[in-house]
Parts: sequence; C-alpha cells; structure tokens
Amino acid sequence: MLVTALLSGLVLGGTYALVAMGLTLQYGIARIMNLAYGEMIISAAFLAYVLYADAGINPVVGLLIAAPAGFLLGYVVYGVMMRPLVARAKDKASLEIDSILATFGLLFVIQGVLLVIFGANFTSYNYLNVAVDVFGTNIAANRLLALVMALVLGGGLYMLLTRTLWGTALRAVAVAPASAPLVGINVDKAARMAFALGGALAAAGGVVISMYQTFTATSGVVFTMKALIVVIMGGVGNILGALSAGLILGLVETFVATYIDPGLTLAATYGIFLAILLWRPAGLFGRASR
Amino acid sequence: MKTFQRRHVLRTTAAVLALAVTDLGTFALAQDKTSVRFGYAISKTGPNAGGAGITTLPNYQLWVKDVNDAGGLEMPDGKKLPIEVIEYDDRSSSEEVVRAVERLATQDQVDFILAPWGTGFNLAVAPLFDRYGYPQLAVSAVTDKAPDFVQRWKKSYWMLGGGHDYAKALAAILADASKAGTINNKVAMISVADGFGIDLVTAARPAFEEAGIELVYDKTYPVGTSDFSPMINEASASGADTFVAFSYPPDTFALTQQSQVANFNPKVLYLGVGTGFPIYGKNNGDNATGIMSLGGIDPNNQENAAYRKRHEEVTGVAPDYWGSVITYASLQMLQEAIKRKGLDREAVSAELSTGTFQTVLGETKLEENQLRKLWWTGQWQNGQFVGVAPSDRDGASKIVLPRQAWTK
Repeated sequence: MLVTALLSGLVLGGTYALVAMGLTLQYGIARIMNLAYGEMIISAAFLAYVLYADAGINPVVGLLIAAPAGFLLGYVVYGVMMRPLVARAKDKASLEIDSILATFGLLFVIQGVLLVIFGANFTSYNYLNVAVDVFGTNIAANRLLALVMALVLGGGLYMLLTRTLWGTALRAVAVAPASAPLVGINVDKAARMAFALGGALAAAGGVVISMYQTFTATSGVVFTMKALIVVIMGGVGNILGALSAGLILGLVETFVATYIDPGLTLAATYGIFLAILLWRPAGLFGRASR
Repeated sequence: MKTFQRRHVLRTTAAVLALAVTDLGTFALAQDKTSVRFGYAISKTGPNAGGAGITTLPNYQLWVKDVNDAGGLEMPDGKKLPIEVIEYDDRSSSEEVVRAVERLATQDQVDFILAPWGTGFNLAVAPLFDRYGYPQLAVSAVTDKAPDFVQRWKKSYWMLGGGHDYAKALAAILADASKAGTINNKVAMISVADGFGIDLVTAARPAFEEAGIELVYDKTYPVGTSDFSPMINEASASGADTFVAFSYPPDTFALTQQSQVANFNPKVLYLGVGTGFPIYGKNNGDNATGIMSLGGIDPNNQENAAYRKRHEEVTGVAPDYWGSVITYASLQMLQEAIKRKGLDREAVSAELSTGTFQTVLGETKLEENQLRKLWWTGQWQNGQFVGVAPSDRDGASKIVLPRQAWTK
C-alpha cells in the first residue's frame, strides 16, 4: 500500500511539476506574471487532440510539433505584447502589474478563440492508457510519461541554467536585471528567450496532460492556479523548486486520499502551501533577498 | 391663472399623447406581430459550459431551426410566425443568469423564456419565471423537491426526476443481482462533493440500507480531482463487487481510464454524469459495454433514433443519452401548447400541465407538472446507452450482469 501510494503520488506530482516549470521560467526570469499560461497549456492540448483525432498523428509526435509552436508563440507574445511593457516599466512592481493586466486580457483572447473553434464541450481521448508495472504497482503509461518528462526537462534545464554561460546570463537577468547589461548581457534577448522557453514547456505539458485529463476551452485557469501554487511554493524562478514542490504536492494529495480521506485533498494542498510559506516565505528554494 | 391654464393644457396633451402611443403600441402588437420572441440565458463559458453545450444549447438551436424551416411557430388560427431568439451567456454565474432572465422578462419582453442548464440555476431563476408569469420547463434539473416546487411556483415543470428515483432504481437492481447470486451485497461508493454528488449520495445511502446492501467504502472527493488511483485501490481492496461513483464528466472519464490501468474490474460499474455522453462511447468502444449510469434511451424507438440522427446532422454533435432528448421533447410540448392556445402564457401553462403531447419520446404527459416516465438506470449495450430500469416500462432492455472485464 505504501509503495503504491508513493508511486501514485510521485506520478501525480510529476504532472504538477511539468505544468509549473514553464511558469517559473516566465515569472522568475522574464519577470512576466503570465495569467494566460493555462490557456497556452489548453491550446497545446487542443492541438494534440486535433492532430490525433483528425490527422491520426500520435501525440508523442504531436509533442515535437507543439513544443516548437509553443516556443514560437511565447517568442512572438513577448516581442509584441511584453516588450513595450518592459521598456516603459519604471520598476519591478509596475512591470508586474502591467504584465498581469496584459496577460489577463490575453487569457480571454485565447479562450475566446478556442471557444469559437472548439465550442465549450468536454474534450478527451485515450492514448497510452496502458498499465506499466513499476515495483508491483500498475501505473498509467501516459502519467508516467509526464513524470519522466518533468524529471528530464527539469534536470536538463537545471543543468543548462547552472552549468552553461548562457544559463548563467539568464540567471543574472533574474537576479539583477538592472546590472546585467553592465557585464554585456542583452537583457531583452535573455528575457525573451526565457519567456519563449516557458511557452515551449507549457505546450509540452499541455500535450502530455491531454492524453489523460478531460479539458474544455475554459479550463485553463485551473492549470494557472495549480502552477502558481507550485511556483510560489518552490521559489519563483527556480526550476528545482518547481520540480520538488510539484512532487511534494502530489505526494501529499495521494497520502491524504489514501490514509485519511479523499475529501481532504484540497484542504491538504493549501495546508502544505501555507505551512511552507510560513516556514520559508520566499518558497523552498527561493532567496529571501528577492 | 394663465400659467395654470397652460400647465393644464400641457398636461392634457401629454396624457392624450401617452394614451395614443400606448394604443398604437397595442394595436401594432395585436395586428402586426411578425415573429415570436424566445429568450434564454445559458452557460456558454465557464465551468457549466461543458454540460450546457451538450444537453441544452444544441437542442434549443435544433428546435428553433426545425420550427423556422417549417415556416414558423403555428398559432391557433393556423398562421405561422417565425421564431426570433435572444440569447445571453450567463458565464456559469448564478447572479448573471438571474440578471439575464430578469432582462429578458422586463426589457426584451420576450414571449417565452427557455430554462437555463443545471439544477442550481433552474432553482435560482424559478422565482423570476413565477413573478413574471413565464412557464419554466426545467429539464436539466434533478431534484427530489419537485413536488414542493410545483406548489410554490405553479408554472414550473420538472422533467428529470430526483435523486431518490435514480438511487432507488439502482438499489433495486443491486438487491436483485445480489439475491440471484450474481454479485455480493457489498458496495464501494464515491461521490463528488458538489450539488449532483451530494444529492445522489444522500439519496443512495438510505436506499442501499433499505435494500440490504452493505456500504463498505463511502467517500467524497472535491471538484477538480484528477487522480482517482487512491480511491480505486481502496475500493478494489474492499471486496465489493459493485463500484458506484456519483461523478462529474471529467471525473467519469478519468475513473474509466484509471480503472483500466489499475485492472479494477467490479462486476457492477456505475458512473455519474458523462457516461451518457456520445464521446464516452466513442473513446471507450467495447470497453464501455456493461457500464451503467443515469438515463438511457429505448433503442427501438424510431422517432428517437430519427431525432438523434438529425441532431448530429444539424448541430454537428451527437446528443447525450439522458437529458438531450427530454430537452427537445419539452420544446415540442411548448410548441404544441402554443399551437393549441396561442401566445397567452397562462393558457399555455395550463395546457402544459394537463395536455397530452406527441413528442420524440412518444406520447408525453406530465403528472403534477413533472415528467415521471423516465429511464432511471441505463447501461451501455452494443454501442448504445439503453434504458434498463424501470424494467417493466415499454422498450426497456434487459440488464446484463456481471459486466465483462476490460479488454486491452
């Protein structure tokens, strides 16, 4: 029972982590609080659905189409919508407020377009819904894929950010956007790259989630909320933080559902969120100075 | 004196003018009525949009198209008037649906208002329909209080039964199967902690107890739960042959997928809203066979089959197997009542209460303003979700238990 709960929890947490990593990049490095993040996830989910149901393209291949498309969308959105805001922002706080307002509008634009194209119906399809035996527990292959992707992407991005010059530049922008240009870093380019990468991660998450979760054109906000909790719990801008916070949430939910009562999962989620913020106000991996 | 006179003249002129205008108004209404105005508020966005977009909205659109294609709504004198529609999106907010219905009644002054989607929303607008004298054909509302509501709101009609009806039918099926030795008398039950789940589970607990069925696992889960594996594992370990979930559509889909992965094969699998959606049959194919839920259809009813075909052709989506056909039938009843009584809402309401109508359901008649000839339990058989209870009703299919194990 314990092993089953542990594995189910990790797999659920993998989904949460996968969803949150893109947002932490966008918020932490590009300093854009993207409220339309969930809509980007849902757009990718619909893309995967259309590719699979109408064109017969398998969602794993769909992933290879959706992730670059998400990158491109992020790149364009930053260039067209966010850059003017960044340019005129006097300080961090005003950029945050402006970006929240702008992406709040973007949320409704994307949602409206999805509603017009797909209507408001529940959309779902089955893919890779087969059991994989892990230590004697049956785990759905599609959910396992989400966990593996979260770990691989999370680990890979962490290495990129900490071990390469390019990653160091991105982190410099996150820590001190005003000072970064002094050492020859193109802040605009770095922020744009981070935002676009966040878009690619959102799209990848959307494709994987569409394999096992029912979605509608208006369910993006649910993902934004969940991602926001994970991002704040893990420490804004920290990939490893998002990964561990996501896994913790998944484990807590599953253990509460298994050993206490499934009705308390939501309460447990917010309980652990509160506890971590009381203990570390900047999040698990956050820096107090920020 | 002079001012007084002038004022007097002005006042009289104004009064005469006002009278003339109102007179002209009524004259225009009576003589030149060129269309009948129907209005409704429906959830086109927000969390309710998924349900409203399957059960309610396509039927409203289909019916308006059907009527207008046939030349319009027939009046008692044989004249046909086209239907004009005023539609509001309530954004899944109960404040918004109330505001929209009020607006339809007072500002748009529509001739008839069609009901919104959902039990809560129908209750929220019922006092308004009553105050402004509009008949309310509440289809997508499951409530045990319907007999009280028809007393309080005389022009309200409740057409999908109550939680007790569905729970009792299920309890009877389980008790029979248990007596026959097909299954044991243990049930594992989960329910969503929201309107539908709470209603059904509070009805099911006493119904099961009365029928001698033992509840070995009984838990609720919050709306939006996506991972059901802990509950499935517990239910699987509980030794129950029956698994019941009073769930919402995303939960229903997830439960089906995750039961397959966990190789969880209860002999009776009963799931909530969403089981009767066409996409459910499409996604699960043969694996849907044997799964039970609320609602159902008579697969041999030709009129219903023709309706299902036309629904898909016109709206592009297939109707569900529970409330869809009843929504359409409610509109046919309204259409027929208008044909018999005209646009007088009092007379139309009285006709709805007492009249007998020919609809896609066959001959339809309300009892105490409620539709009681319904399918309380249905089961997927041969790619259709057919009604199995009440088993003595015409057109009932025979229930097949135990359900087959998942095929992979």
